Parts: sequence; structure tokens; C-alpha cells
Amino acid sequence: MKKYDAIVIGAGHNGLTNGAYLAKAGLDVAVLERNSYIGGATVSRELYEGWTYSNCSYVCSLLRPELVRDLELPRHGLQVVPYGGGVTFMRNGDYYGNFYDHERQYREMARHSKRDANAYERYTADVMKQTRLIRPFLLKTPPDPTSLKLRDLKDLMEYGKSFMDLGEAGLIDALKFWTKSVGDFLDEYFESDVIKAHLGGTGVIGTALGVYSPGTAYVLLHHYMGDVDGNVGSWGFARGGMGSVAEALAKSFQGFGGEIICDADVDQIIVRNGKARGVALKNGTELYADTVVSNLDPKRTFLDVMDEKDLPGEVIKKAQNFKIRGSSGKLNIALDGLPSFTGLDQGSPLMLGDYHFSDSLPRIERAYDDWKDGTWSKDPYVDVLIPTQTDPTMAPPGKHMMTVFVQYCPPKVHGNDWTAEDKAGFEKSVIDQIAAHSPDFKDLILHCETRTPKEIEAEVGLTEGNIFQGELTFDQLLFNRPFPGYAQYRGPVKGMYMCGSGTHPGGGVMAAPGANAAREILRDLRKPNTVPEGYADD
Amino acid sequence: MAGADERMLLTTPFHSRVAAACETNCWGNWKGYTTPNSYIDVELEYFAIRSTTGVFDLSPMGKYRVTGPDAEAYLNRLITRDVSKIREKRVGYTVWCDDEGQVLDDGTIFHLGPNDYRICAYARAIDWLLWSAEGFDVCVEEETQNVAALAVQGPTSCAALMAMGLSGLDALKPFGIEYFDFEGEQLMVSRTGFTGDLGYELWIAPEKAEDLWDRLFAAGAPHIIKPFGMEALEMARIETGFIQAGVDFIPAEETIRQGRSRSPFELGLDWLVDLNKPVFNGRKALLDEKSRGSRYRFAILDVAGNKPANNSFILKNGKQVGVVTSAAWCPTAKTNVALAQLEMPHGAIGEELVAEIYYQRELHWTKVNAPCKVLESPVFDPPRRRQTPALPY
Ligand SMILES: Cc1cc2nc3c(=O)[nH]c(=O)nc-3n(C[C@H](O)[C@H](O)[C@H](O)COP(=O)(O)OP(=O)(O)OC[C@H]3O[C@@H](n4cnc5c(N)ncnc54)[C@H](O)[C@@H]3O)c2cc1C
Repeated sequence: MKKYDAIVIGAGHNGLTNGAYLAKAGLDVAVLERNSYIGGATVSRELYEGWTYSNCSYVCSLLRPELVRDLELPRHGLQVVPYGGGVTFMRNGDYYGNFYDHERQYREMARHSKRDANAYERYTADVMKQTRLIRPFLLKTPPDPTSLKLRDLKDLMEYGKSFMDLGEAGLIDALKFWTKSVGDFLDEYFESDVIKAHLGGTGVIGTALGVYSPGTAYVLLHHYMGDVDGNVGSWGFARGGMGSVAEALAKSFQGFGGEIICDADVDQIIVRNGKARGVALKNGTELYADTVVSNLDPKRTFLDVMDEKDLPGEVIKKAQNFKIRGSSGKLNIALDGLPSFTGLDQGSPLMLGDYHFSDSLPRIERAYDDWKDGTWSKDPYVDVLIPTQTDPTMAPPGKHMMTVFVQYCPPKVHGNDWTAEDKAGFEKSVIDQIAAHSPDFKDLILHCETRTPKEIEAEVGLTEGNIFQGELTFDQLLFNRPFPGYAQYRGPVKGMYMCGSGTHPGGGVMAAPGANAAREILRDLRKPNTVPEGYADD
Repeated sequence: MAGADERMLLTTPFHSRVAAACETNCWGNWKGYTTPNSYIDVELEYFAIRSTTGVFDLSPMGKYRVTGPDAEAYLNRLITRDVSKIREKRVGYTVWCDDEGQVLDDGTIFHLGPNDYRICAYARAIDWLLWSAEGFDVCVEEETQNVAALAVQGPTSCAALMAMGLSGLDALKPFGIEYFDFEGEQLMVSRTGFTGDLGYELWIAPEKAEDLWDRLFAAGAPHIIKPFGMEALEMARIETGFIQAGVDFIPAEETIRQGRSRSPFELGLDWLVDLNKPVFNGRKALLDEKSRGSRYRFAILDVAGNKPANNSFILKNGKQVGVVTSAAWCPTAKTNVALAQLEMPHGAIGEELVAEIYYQRELHWTKVNAPCKVLESPVFDPPRRRQTPALPY
């Protein structure tokens, strides 16, 4: 059997990024994917003729521009197109709109609260201060605070310095941000319920916590720290669907000589004498390499594709205790035309962005209560977009595609497996909520793909369907991601590494974990580094 | 006191529609016409050009009609290219020079019919055009006001125009011209543009301008059509490496200081100069330059980092060897690009230089010396730009 220099398990966008940087350094690399298609949660598929869905992730901002440029992803077909707008519809028939233009945004906020409109400037500055703290470390390996190695100490000092640069007030803000609930955080700035709800929703996306649970302010920050062409915090669509990110990465990887093998379901990482030696597939094939990288989440990596006998007991325990709860669902809908929304003009620029129907934080908190009760939210928090208003490639001209991200949706219903009836009930609660604000919506539906955490786990391999490969709470971030002592992408077995969203800097279509892991691997192999440095954030 | 009309800039035949669409209410002056700098948001407008269809009111562009038995001979005298190679219903990009071989302007020549041409130019040109016409049996007239024009650019532009009824348009080759009937009036369409993408320019009598706009936007809606202003155009043209008169070079007639004009060779436009032609304005000087060597070289630079190198000095081993004339972060190519004038012998493809970039954040100025490299070709040049039949998106 052929021996590779490195094998990457999983063709998620991080596995592909990792492979690309290893191949760029001259290694002979194979990326193995269980599905017949690549991308993991960064995928587009045509499930209804003429319509392309972004089946999981649907908007792009976190993807590191340094990597996009360095891997020449535009040349390989990737285009990220920003969208403006966004609106939260209110029960009373009014709405709050999020205009792209600063002055219009001010006027719209002032319509709800003049004071909030003004406070928004302070809020934006404060959020930007915090993103400036994190952004420089996205393309860096987190230092190990318990290590006495010179490199770790130097990196720790760098972290320390950027914290000190914030000044005392900034430092207090930073601590607040990392520990507070998004609700408490927003209460410090705003009085309008709808404005708080509009801003606060991102604090619980993909997270099994409520808007008043400590730690959710950071999740909001996580959604702010990306950028589109230097506009920090703004989001865009990958033209052709999110799968075009994975496709472009694949072409870049193959351009460096890398090999992608689909329908290759890895059963186990082969370990001999405490060293990784390759992988065994479910179909019995064995493939060999002295470097084996896992793109899977930490639970799957350590409890599924590794033999417990090969692992220190401590790692097994940490993997078992790793927080990776499923809390999100998704609907992808083919529409026969552009739906209208009550109170909003058809051509309004607000329609280009994200729609929500939760007009207060308590409403979002109650949606969380349902999840805690073991069921889907009856009045969910949804993030709805119609990308075909911006992207002409995903549906026939004049037709549309709607992506609906749903918070909350449990991995099991009252502890039992999902039934077809449960799934229909979940779908109905979402569709009814949208239809309450869009009279023609239901009539326009041609096809709907409904995904509960069960489908997301089965198809993408994300444990419990957790979208970030593990919760983004402080105990699982930076040098704690996935767990203390293992945050530098190296596994407990020599030659075994991790490169998925379960490692620093976490979930989202970012490609940073894959690139950071490649840098550490190349370091161990004493190969020149191929991973670019991050742009200075000024 | 001057009357209102005396103080205001002129408006184009599309003005009622342009003004209604111009949400930012942010206007500029283009050769005496009021034109939008932006409509809604520069980024979004730029992406209309690159991802769907963008529409730009081109009417203020200087337009000159050249007719008569000597039209071809006259133009061959005027411009650096061989005009006989621009066949009927074809368009050619060109420059024209003064007797010193210095570029007066760049523009396009439309071969409309037998002995019938249109020149589109940035600078006001009638004086030079008439002067050069001495001794030729031609008629040269300015027709800027008589023709309304729209640029319709982007990957869905062909689909949008076909939806408006321009059937067969997808077969039109780059730089080709086709005529259509538009409500009884002639609509001329050329596959040309200033964005480096698939795109067309529409030319029509001013009386029909508003109707054309309305029908275009109605038919184009499913193909996601949006107007764009000057600033978005500027991003697109830098990304695709097009130089702009008045920015990347100064038209020779407008220069005051010695040595500030440029020859076509110095602007990277060698391919437009046909020295095999026996006579044309500037030929002798250009022949001399060819043997003697040029003073400057045009270069497209890939600049490290994400700070646009606006107005930067270009250094080699710490010594200044050139300046940046245009620079932008290119959102589609995701590259930091600069167009530069470098002193010879610098600027060979692959040469590594340094851009001295100054930028300001919250009143704090910072200097970075960003490594940069001379590129062989523009960073944005998609196959769909040339593909025929044109694709639907
Ligand atoms: C519904 C949903 C919506 C989201 N929305 C957004 C969004 O809008 N924007 C955003 O930035 N992020 C979003 N995310 C998060 C983001 O998509 C993920 O964090 C990211 O794509 C994970 O990438 P990854 O490469 O780390 O891992 P994954 O994408 O999980 O890749 C792992 C790969 O490994 C494969 N695999 C699993 N087991 C095996 C095996 N045994 N053998 C071989 N291969 C195997 C899987 O099939 C998969 O391809 C969303 C996620 C989900 C699920």
C-alpha cells in the first residue's frame, strides 16, 4: 500500500486548508473524506433541480483574507460578495432595519430610540476594541501557559501586552466580554427591546445557551471578528454557495499536488509503538503516513477514530467532558419567487440582509427554555436570508432560495430519537413563524430541506450537530481549546494532530485552525513554514 | 447674479432616473456633467459589476464623429494603431500622440459604417482633432450631447440585455458592434467597457434615454441589475489594470512642466503602436524613443499586506525609483494592487521592490515599507470577459 507523507482525515474546509499548506511545503498529502462529496459543513448541493443550497454554513466573514490571497482562492473560483441590510420584524407590525449606510442606520435606530442610536456609536467602538484584541491571534498558535518553553513565554507576553495596551477600563471591558451574557452586555448600552434583540441574536447562534447565560457575549464577538475586504464585522455570500469555499480550497490543494479521496470512511488511526502510522478505512483498506491529522471534532477524534488503548486516560476523560451540545437546525427552501414581508417594500435594501422575527431578548430566552425542556423552540430565533437577491447563480432568474438557520433545536427530543412527526413539527414552527410576517411565503415554497441536529450529525459528522465543533465558551477557547495541554494542534500520540474547528480559534468558516495546525506540523517535520502571517490590524 | 442654469452643472439624458436611484445623494463633476459618485454603497455597487450587472451612465464621455471619404486615412494619421485593421462594426482601443510622441489621450474608435467612425475620449479633443484634419476630406464633429450612453457590465449583463429583447446578443464578440431596434429608434450595442468583465455599452438618441433605462432595469431585475457610480468604477478599473487619463498620466496638452507627459511605451501600451505605418502623429519621436530607450515603465504591482499603496513612493534598495499613480485593495482578486510609473530600467516582470505606504488611523500616521512585485498581467481577467457566446452568469 502507498505511503503518504501526511494523511488528513476529513475534507472539511479546515482539512483542505491543512492539506494545502502541507502540500505547498512539498509533502505528499492525501485528504480522506467519508462522504462522496467534500466540504463538511462548508458545502453546497443541488437537492432540487435548478437550486443550489448552502446546506450548512451560509454566510462568510471569518475566512481569513491572508489565506484566501495566499492560496489564490479567487483564481480557483472563490468570490465573496458582501450584502447589506437586515431587519427584525416586530409583533406590532413595525420593524427595525439595519441599513448599510451609517447615517440611515442612525435615523432608523433613532426611530426606535434616539438614545440608542447615539449609544450605538459607543457600542460599536467598544466591540471593535475587543475584536482588535482577538483578531491578531487568529493566525497564531495559542501559547501554553503552563509550559516554560521560550516560545510559549514569548507568545504569552505578546498576549499580555495587547491586554495591557487596552488600559484599565479596556481590561475590565475585556473581562466582561469573555464572561458576561449577551443580554446583560446589551442592557448596558440600549433601551429598545427590538434593537437589543436584533443585535443579541448572534450571541446564541450555534450555542446551547440563552441570551442571559454567561459567556454568550463572547459568541457575539466571535461573529464580529471577521471582515469582508477590511470591513470588520460585515458578512457576505460565497458566490455559488458556501461549497465554493471548499471547492476553491480543493483546487488550491490539488494544485500543490495533493490528493483527495472521497468515500473513504476512516475507522481508526493506526498507532504503533506510540506513533501514528496511518489509518484503516471501514472498508478494510489501510493507508500509511507518519503524520495523521484529524479534521473531526474532538469527541469523534478521540472517542471514535482512535483506540482508547492508544490514549492517556486523561485525554479520554477530557474528550468525554468536552462540551459539544447540539442546539441548531436549518431549513433550505426553494422559492418560486421573492416573498413579500408585511410593512417592507419589495425593493428595500433591508431585504438583502438577514431577517429575524424575535423582537425582544426575553422571547429569545424563552426559545432557549424549550430546548432545555428537550424540544425544539415553538417560537424560535431564526436567521433568514435570501442570497439569490445577491447571487445570480443559485436559482433560475426570478426564482429564489431561502436559508433559515434555527436556534434552538435539540439533538434528541425529550431524550428520544427524532421521529418523522417531530421533524415535521419542527419544520412547521419555523415556517409558521416566517409566514406570520410574509403572506405569500407558504405558496412560494417548491421544496424544503429540513435538518435537525440528527441530520447534521449523520451527514456532516458533527457530534450532536454542534456547528462549531464544540461550544465557544471561555473554558474551551484559546489555550483551552479543545482542552488544556492540547491546544497546539498536537495530539497525545506522536505524529497525530488536530486541525478542525474544535481547535483554536474555533468554529466558523475561517480556515485558521487548518492553517495553524499545518504550521505546527511543518515545524515538527523541520520543513520551512508555508503559512502566511496575519495582516496587522490597523 | 448668474441664473440658476449658469451655476449648475449639466445633466445627462438619464438624469431623472439617475437622480431617483441615487440614494446617497453624493455627486461629482465629470467634464461639466453632474454624475453620481455612488448610488447606495460603493462596495455593493462594485459587486454588482463583478457578480451580477452594474449600469453606469456614460453620457458625459466625449464623443466625436468622423465621416467622409478620407476618414480612414485621417484616423490613421491621428492614432498610433493601424485603423484599417478595425473592421466595420468593430471597436478598437487606442491612444493618440502629439508630434513629440507624448500621449494626448486614450480612447476607443468605433467603426460604425463605411467612412463613418466615432471616437470616444476622456479629454476635450475637438481642437486637436480638427487641427489634425487639415488637408483631409473629412468632417469632424463633436456629438457628446447627441448620444446618450450606458455601460452595462458584469457576468449577467448579456442575460439582462437579452431579457430586454436584444436577441442574439450572446453571439457578439468582444469589441463587436450590433444594431437593434428600440421602439423605432436605432440602439447601438458594443461589447466594450472599462471594467475588465463581460459587458456592453448602449448608445441611443437622448430622447429615448429614459425609456431605455426603464426597460433595461425592468428586464434586468431577475438578473440582479444595479446602477453604479464613479467610485465603484474606479475600483473595477484598477483591479483590471486599466489606466485612467488625468490619473495615471496627464494628457500631454495639459502638462505645464517639462517632462511630465508620457509616451505610449511608458504607459505599457506598446501593443497599440504600429511603427510599420508610414506616417502618424508622433511616429518619428516614437521611433527615436524605441532606439534610445524610454524614461519610464508602467507596472502593475502586487503589494504585500492590506494597506492600499495610494501615492506611495516605490523604492529599490532604499532609493526612490518610482511612484504609484493608482492603488486599491481588490475585493474580487483579494489582492492589494498598485499601478506605478517606474524609472527605467526598473519594472521588469518579477522585479521585487518596496512601496513606502503612509496611512492614518485616528489621527495617527504610520509608515510601512511593503514589499511588492511587478506582475505580468492584471489580477482580474476572467475568461467570461472574452467567451463567445457570452455566458448567462
Ligand atoms: C447548520 C450550520 C450552519 C452554519 N453556519 C455558518 C455560517 O453561516 N458561517 C460560518 O462561518 N460558519 C457556519 N457554521 C460553522 C462552520 O460551518 C463550521 O464550523 C465549519 O465548516 C467546520 O469546518 P471544519 O473543517 O472544521 O469541520 P467539518 O466541516 O465538520 O469537516 C469535517 C469533515 O470530516 C468528515 N468526516 C467525519 N468523520 C469522518 C471519518 N470517520 N472519515 C473520513 N471523514 C470523516 C466529514 O464528512 C466532514 O467533511 C455553520 C455550521 C452548521 C452545521
